[in-house]
Amino acid sequence: MAEVEETLKRIQSQKGVQGIIIVNSEGIPIKTTMDNSSTVQYVGLIHQLVMKARSTLRDLDPQNDLTFLRIRSKKNEIMIAPDKDYFLIVIQNPSD
Amino acid sequence: MEIVHVYVRRRGDFGRQSHFSDRPAELLVDIGPDPPLADGFIHRDPRDVATQSAQEMSEHQVNTERFESESRGINHVEGGWPKDVNPQEMEQTIRFRKKVEKDENYVTSVLQLGSVMENCIKQNNATDIYQDYSEDEEAADEVQEPPAAKTVNVFRDPNEVKRTVTGLSWHPDGNRKLAGAYSCLEFQKASKDMSFDSYIWDIENPNRPELTLKPVSPLVCLEYNPKDCHTLAGGCYNGQIAFWDTRRGSQPVELSSVEQSHRDPVYKLIWMQSKTGTDAFSASTDGQVLWWDMRRLSEPTERLVLDLSREGSLDAALGASALEFEATMPTKFMVGTEQGLVLSCNRKAKSPAEKIVCTFDGHHGPVYALQRNPFFPKNFLTVGDWTARIWSEDIKESSIMWTRYQTSYLMDACWSPVRPAVFFTVKMDGVLDVWDVLFKQNEPTLSIKVCDEGLYSLRLQESGRLLACGSRLGGASLLELGPSLSTLQRNEKSLVAAMFERETKREKILEARQRELRLKERSRSEQSREDDGAKEADGQEDPEELIARAEADFFSAIDAEIKRRQKEEDKHREKDVCEEKEVRNGAE
Repeated sequence: MAEVEETLKRIQSQKGVQGIIIVNSEGIPIKTTMDNSSTVQYVGLIHQLVMKARSTLRDLDPQNDLTFLRIRSKKNEIMIAPDKDYFLIVIQNPSD
Repeated sequence: MEIVHVYVRRRGDFGRQSHFSDRPAELLVDIGPDPPLADGFIHRDPRDVATQSAQEMSEHQVNTERFESESRGINHVEGGWPKDVNPQEMEQTIRFRKKVEKDENYVTSVLQLGSVMENCIKQNNATDIYQDYSEDEEAADEVQEPPAAKTVNVFRDPNEVKRTVTGLSWHPDGNRKLAGAYSCLEFQKASKDMSFDSYIWDIENPNRPELTLKPVSPLVCLEYNPKDCHTLAGGCYNGQIAFWDTRRGSQPVELSSVEQSHRDPVYKLIWMQSKTGTDAFSASTDGQVLWWDMRRLSEPTERLVLDLSREGSLDAALGASALEFEATMPTKFMVGTEQGLVLSCNRKAKSPAEKIVCTFDGHHGPVYALQRNPFFPKNFLTVGDWTARIWSEDIKESSIMWTRYQTSYLMDACWSPVRPAVFFTVKMDGVLDVWDVLFKQNEPTLSIKVCDEGLYSLRLQESGRLLACGSRLGGASLLELGPSLSTLQRNEKSLVAAMFERETKREKILEARQRELRLKERSRSEQSREDDGAKEADGQEDPEELIARAEADFFSAIDAEIKRRQKEEDKHREKDVCEEKEVRNGAE
């Protein structure tokens, strides 16, 4: 429990990190550092995207699986680390 | 053999009402079989007869209607909370969350994900991994596809008797329509039941023309008004000019009067830039160029006779077979003649004599096409006899560039509206040639055999991608050019400008040299032949004089030879007779 907190704190302290969300497989945000409305929005949209990405990869090659998903946009970068039951979503503003 | 039935009637019975009556059938002729005739035939045994016993197949094609599909997504706003948890209730959600956080699984996965994530975050912070490193390299669109063109559609003359497509014109905006002028230009080959109609085609529908134009005489040329896309003007085979409005149907709205029009087929008609947008001028082989106002076609507004001696006499006039007008130079225009000369004229000259400014002589046969380069108006292209020539306005003696003599007659040519170095020609053997002067000058860059019969006319659409060419049997083919031929290449304009300048300079130098030589020749001949009287030193002597001179030279040479022989004979006669004979024999 404490390690979880520590990990999250460490991530939060990295340069440019704007928000962290932990979501479970049903799309319920377990932990978040952002306000509720944005969390809900992010979760709802990203959940579908991750499901789609994963199913795409599995369709192409059943042995394959999604390990990491990065969405780089003009304003920031959304990084999603999927797992069997949970995802970790981090929004970062890369310094360039 | 004739089967004849003879009956006899009394003279007095002629003219009487006939009384018909029934009678049984009567055998008139019975032609029985004639065995001797059978001897003319040979019995054939065995006979080879092929039969095929196969299943009859037929091919069908079915085109289903387009199935329209749309992609939609659903956004679930709130996650899949279990049934007992009410998402609105803060307490319940917090409780749920706390429960999850205590889960073993949760802890391990978060720790693992966290480390992966940290890596990526640090990576991001370290360098910009998506930096565009290849910014400086130029996009490699130098890939030159080979020049290509393919036929998209063919519009055939719907009439039985096929006529030549002698003129083509694209619709001024939208370029969806193509107007074709159909006529038979071969002398007296036009049959009596040849239709006079000309058609406007929609390029998407080659089966039926969109509109039929019915002139009083077949149209030789047809042009859309660039200002008003509904009106067209056409020049007829009998010399009249007709004006159509497509909104008003197939009959011409106005027709010029026969007395005031041309006396020969109108070979070319061009719309002019004017405030009213109704001015056009036409040229014909009767030697006249007439200006018309479309609203009043009863008589031309202006008349010019193409007479080089500037007297305005129709007998000495040169027949015009091509006409050229560039909107950027509204007072100048050029006429290509049947005699192979190109005349450059100024419309606004003070007197008719000054209207013809200068002439360019280059072709051995009629000039069938004449067009200025849309990018370099000083240079123009002419086509006639078996060559295509590019001229510069400054050099009047000869063209600056020309093609080799081709195997068949060139009938029409035009520049590409998008690429200054490319022009197209069509020939009597049905071949369309694409010339790219930057690529190859000796032969066409691309030669396509469009059809088996000769191609008579050619017109490119303004976008430069589509071109239409008309053949002798009434088929107008629509071709689409490949991207390399219809997009402006880098530096093309400057390269072409440089090439034209270079050729112009070369011709200028050659011309100057010629002039020098002639001057020298003239001064030399003047000195040596002062008593012969002045002769024109530029070589233009009367053919009779030349013949007379040649004859005189010939006879004087013979006389001199005869005298010489006489002298020798006399000399030998003084010697011994035998020796003389021998010598004479030897001398002969």
